[in-house]
Amino acid sequence: MSGGQMSALKLAQRLPGAAFLSNGRHWIIGLPWLWLTLFFLLPFLFVLKISLSEAVLAQPPYLPFIREIEDGAMTLVVNFGNYMLLFEDPLYRTALLNSVEIAAISTLLALIIGYPMAYAIARAPQAWRLPLLMLIILPFWTSFLIRVYAWIGILKNNGLINNTLMSLGLIDQPLEILYTPTAIYIGIIYSYLPFVILPLYATLIRLDDSLLEAAADLGCRPWKQFLTITLPLSMPGIIAAAMLVFIPVMGEFVIPDLLGGPNALMIGKLMWTEFFNNKDWPLASALAAVLLVLLIIPFVLWRHYEQRQEQQGEAR
Amino acid sequence: MSHAKKSRFPLLMTFLVFGYAFLYGPILSLIVYSFNESRLVTVWGGWSTKWYGELLQNEQILSAAWLSLKIAAISASFAVVLGTLAAMALVRFKRFRGRSMLEIMVAAPMVMPEVIIGLSLLLLFMAMDDILGWPEGRGQTTIVLAHMTFAMAYVTVVVRSRLAHLDNSLEEAAMDLGARPLKVFFAITLPIIAPALVAGWLLAFTLSLDDLVVASFVSGPGATTLPMVVYSSVRLGVSPQINALATIIVVLVSLAVLFAGWIMVRQEKQKQRENSQ
Repeated sequence: MSGGQMSALKLAQRLPGAAFLSNGRHWIIGLPWLWLTLFFLLPFLFVLKISLSEAVLAQPPYLPFIREIEDGAMTLVVNFGNYMLLFEDPLYRTALLNSVEIAAISTLLALIIGYPMAYAIARAPQAWRLPLLMLIILPFWTSFLIRVYAWIGILKNNGLINNTLMSLGLIDQPLEILYTPTAIYIGIIYSYLPFVILPLYATLIRLDDSLLEAAADLGCRPWKQFLTITLPLSMPGIIAAAMLVFIPVMGEFVIPDLLGGPNALMIGKLMWTEFFNNKDWPLASALAAVLLVLLIIPFVLWRHYEQRQEQQGEAR
Repeated sequence: MSHAKKSRFPLLMTFLVFGYAFLYGPILSLIVYSFNESRLVTVWGGWSTKWYGELLQNEQILSAAWLSLKIAAISASFAVVLGTLAAMALVRFKRFRGRSMLEIMVAAPMVMPEVIIGLSLLLLFMAMDDILGWPEGRGQTTIVLAHMTFAMAYVTVVVRSRLAHLDNSLEEAAMDLGARPLKVFFAITLPIIAPALVAGWLLAFTLSLDDLVVASFVSGPGATTLPMVVYSSVRLGVSPQINALATIIVVLVSLAVLFAGWIMVRQEKQKQRENSQ
């Protein structure tokens, strides 16, 4: 290294902040932190901002927040109209309630179907577990959109189920399943089942068998063993599974759109329609803001619970 | 295994059989009907491979598939870098300012509804364009930025669990012998966590390849990804070409997973052999 380069390097090291930046720790923490702040947190402020503006037929289709009135004087125009509309128009209220109902019921159903499967995999001989788990994950790696699409062919009036039932002579009229809430439930449970099974399996596999054996030795019946030991101990998995279904399903778009038909009212689909079809960006933003606030509550409670679990785990 | 558990095993097996039938039935029906001669997807008209021929002639689908693969490869690579850094920060540095914030920001994209991520990122990109003049317009770049952001969360989870179970005596030994931290990372840590990085990359790649909602929001007129083409054709009704496309995807993914499984089993056996020696 030549003398010139040396002194340049020394100079660079003496610049303010150089020591800070040459510390690897600051890069490792700082880079992901900055990235997520910029591309994950900051965007929500823009959603809030646009939700308080007025829709216009223009590009971009909303009025600016700060407007010039005359001679360079600026004024701040805040419009709560979008939020007022959300609370006054029964359409949005219904969509919101529908979303909560569909998300809650499908979470419960997915747990009821997923729990025995996760339990069976955890209880299977060791050599089977990995292949069985792989088979649960495999559909998740193939396209979500295409898996939802598969149900159209199965559920529609001249689809697989109706054709089979009619040819067996069990029904003479096709069952209306596609474009009903039932189809939405089937689609959600089908798509989210791996997200239920994996966290449940993770807690069930760590379960201490000696507790069950002790209970059995003391004459505890199997179903009572399950209710008093297995179920409470697998609570962390149940909560994680429920959150991994409930929160994203609240804003689900593809499933209600493809399987629920034009009359399916869910908040995620409504947001899509307001944005793409009606070009009402401010109203779509207001919907997003309301949905976000609703979802933050279960999310924060869940993170809090997880962190407490982790601390307990470390303390043990 | 106690006697009580053994007697319950048939019941559990029944659950599993029904569960797997539920998971795989629809996929199987897609594959079978992709070989259907008839245009009416659910009416059987005899075996045929003509939809595969038509699919391979479909310029729109092919160019969209190429764009999607490109976006997925680029965004997965960046997501692995950012996700690994986040995982290192959370595993190696127990206490730092902003740690709980980072925990939340890493977990949130995994459950956040896609419509919110898509809309909020679009509004951010438009504001950035206004203020910084970058990214000019919307298209491939904005989709890559959006996909790396939500995929890095998944990479973090995968790499984090690997790092947490890592025995760091090797790293400490290298440090004691005078290796610099960066050298230790590339010579020791990286090779050990490589399987997690590969798994994270594949996960990020699939998530990007699969994404319809976020891409629809942040894309511009010039960039149409594969899910966007599939979605617009599916909205018009069932189409045999989409069945053919689905079959190709399922076969490719299954081969990849089988290959990965085979490698894992072989490594496991090798480990057992080494342990028994």
